[in-house]
Amino acid sequence: MEFDFADQQPKLLMLMYGLIAFVLVVGGLLLLLDVVPAWFARRREAQLVAASASGAPLSRRPKQREGLFALFFLLPTLLLLTIGLVVPAIRTVLLSLMDRTSTNWVGLRNYSWMFSEDSIVRVLANSLIWVLLVPLVATAFGLIYAIMVDKVRFEAVAKSLIFLPMAISFVGASIIWKFVYAYRGEGDQIGLLNQIVVSLGGEPKQWLLESPMNTLLLIVIMIWIQAGFAMVVLSAAIKAIPADIVEAARLDGVNPWQMYWQITMPTIRPALIVVVVTLSIATLKVFDIVRTATNGNYDTSVIANEMYNQAFRYGESGQGSALAVFLFILVIPIVIYQIRNLRQQREG
Amino acid sequence: MAVFTRPRQAFVIAGVLGLALSATACGTGDDKKSSKAGSAECAAYDKYEGHDGKKVSIYASIRDAEADLLERSWSQFTDCTGIEIDYEGSGEFEAQLPVRVDGGNAPDIAFVPQPGLVKRFADAGKLKSLSADTKALAEQNMPADWLKYGTVNGTLYGVPLGANVKSFVWYSPKTFKEKGWEVPTTWDQLIALSDKIAASGMKPWCVGVESGDATGWPATDWIEDVILRTQGPEVYDQWTTHAIPFNDPKIVDAVDRAGSILKNEKYVNGGFGGVKSITTTSFQEAGVPVTNGKCAMHRQASFYANQFPEGTKVAEDGDAFAFYFPAIDPAKGKPVLGAGEFVVAYADRPEVQAVQTYLASAEYVNSRAKLGNWVTANNKLDIANVASPIDKLSVQILQDKTGTFRFDGSDLMPAAVGAGTFWKGMVDWLNGKQTAPVLQGIESSWPK
Repeated sequence: MEFDFADQQPKLLMLMYGLIAFVLVVGGLLLLLDVVPAWFARRREAQLVAASASGAPLSRRPKQREGLFALFFLLPTLLLLTIGLVVPAIRTVLLSLMDRTSTNWVGLRNYSWMFSEDSIVRVLANSLIWVLLVPLVATAFGLIYAIMVDKVRFEAVAKSLIFLPMAISFVGASIIWKFVYAYRGEGDQIGLLNQIVVSLGGEPKQWLLESPMNTLLLIVIMIWIQAGFAMVVLSAAIKAIPADIVEAARLDGVNPWQMYWQITMPTIRPALIVVVVTLSIATLKVFDIVRTATNGNYDTSVIANEMYNQAFRYGESGQGSALAVFLFILVIPIVIYQIRNLRQQREG
Repeated sequence: MAVFTRPRQAFVIAGVLGLALSATACGTGDDKKSSKAGSAECAAYDKYEGHDGKKVSIYASIRDAEADLLERSWSQFTDCTGIEIDYEGSGEFEAQLPVRVDGGNAPDIAFVPQPGLVKRFADAGKLKSLSADTKALAEQNMPADWLKYGTVNGTLYGVPLGANVKSFVWYSPKTFKEKGWEVPTTWDQLIALSDKIAASGMKPWCVGVESGDATGWPATDWIEDVILRTQGPEVYDQWTTHAIPFNDPKIVDAVDRAGSILKNEKYVNGGFGGVKSITTTSFQEAGVPVTNGKCAMHRQASFYANQFPEGTKVAEDGDAFAFYFPAIDPAKGKPVLGAGEFVVAYADRPEVQAVQTYLASAEYVNSRAKLGNWVTANNKLDIANVASPIDKLSVQILQDKTGTFRFDGSDLMPAAVGAGTFWKGMVDWLNGKQTAPVLQGIESSWPK
């Protein structure tokens, strides 16, 4: 097929506008963040110089000025947070108490629907399986791998092999795995898994059809993507263990097992928690994998996918909002735990 | 933490960026097309005069090759009237349209393939009623059946545009001739033929309902066609409007009858595997084995003609063609199931109304039909302008005034059922779940 530039002109123009807008915004922000503080700093410096030269007392309200200065930088963030997060969150909570037309109040009906409808209970159960398995298995894999490749000869290569899937989008990864699970009734199997089964003398299976196995197979995709993240963070934490501790332990004559449980684990514990928490939140929000691989069919749907379906495809904005609020509530304890954890670390 | 070493450097960069922007801004000068109004070829468009340079945005689910044909179909209208049509097709149309409309970013015109969605927007007061011209033209050119589907609470909002006929069974005339099989004209003949083909070692049917986001819809078409045939149009209307429940014995009976083909291991699924392969076989692929002898029949709408591999001759004596899905009960007539999209407007600016009127006109439907691959219920369509044999057959069926036409039921139902639990329920049903609990589940999900 020939590529006609004249034909594509509007699209190319759009592309160029996009690029220019991007450069302008990012460039503008960098400029702002560079120039404005520098200007303030220079002014303060000049004042200090002037003050010390004349022997007069320093400007009387430095604190207040610093407050203004902080506000200047906080304002855009606060504004964007309000518009993009706080207002929609409040609105979603309100919508979850209304019917599908978002005009009549229905109280908690959408929430009771959520827990009484069999198919939705199934969705909640699936989400639970996801959030239990993904963080644990992905972290475990990452940790074992990080320890195993630590200080071996081709460490960088071995690590990048596991880290590579991180670079693939969820949708891309799901499509890849969909091919792995692909099924052909007759003729050659195009799916890796079925080809293995067939070459071992088995019957090809429709992997994504049977619950709950299909959910587990989808979870494999997420683990495949996220194990690299866990591995990198944990590997960095392992490397950061002070050498003198390790040496002292060696001198005390610990075996590798003791070394692991008494030195490595306690030292990397904060990093471990960060990884598990991050993965838990990411798993609760999982949407792309389910939507790409099965579309939530065959009992594989999860909360985020169901929320999208209810709110945008079925026009049940009340029920969709209720699911969104529920998802939000599930994330809150994890976030609180994480914040407390960070605070303790800082104090400790 | 200075990003730039010197402020001056930063200003230079900013200045260069600014220059670059203003330079490109000059480069985009749009040489405005002036209308060719007044010339002879534009005589037919005189009534749409007076909106030169105005823009109308259209949003629909039609993409790729079909969208190109669509844009070509109104190119002369654009040239003559100077109304610029800004068309956008999206694969996420059904989900995105409500988002855009509720977000205050509605297109001027949308082609909505679901009367259920038309009703939703009309009830919410988002749609503009048709101009007097459009209404008159629609009532003159369109069958009453079709107008009913674009009408909400007595007001006509949607003008039918494209259409398709769903009550077709695809087969290979070549294979049928070789094997000496007859095209069945009654349900009993259809079953007898299926048994005969199954006995010959070939799977008589191939079915696939996978369709990404919309997985399950081809199975709902089966059910709708069977309900029309066993129960007749009145019960069908009661069913789509929820006047009788989804798990009514009449519906259970029809679903089981469809199951006698769809869930019969001896009958399905040619070239793909057992019954369970139906839900993972894409509907686009499902009918292709008809042409390579892996299966004999595939029930699918008229638009399936485009799915056959290139070089397949789609004709009465070719590699693939379709016959009418036989009637079951002669007393219920020869019903036809079909679907199509409706042109609705979210704005009532004069140029928007002009486009809407034009899309309902004889000039438009014929200019679109000439480009191929298109059918409409508009009775101003001259069948001589329809090229492909299957489209011709569809137009004949649609323009047959004695026939009973019914719109795709799942498109008439609320989206939570029609695009939700009904599709999902069919997937579960094909995967082995019993009829009664599936229909019970769909019934309980009907929005109260």
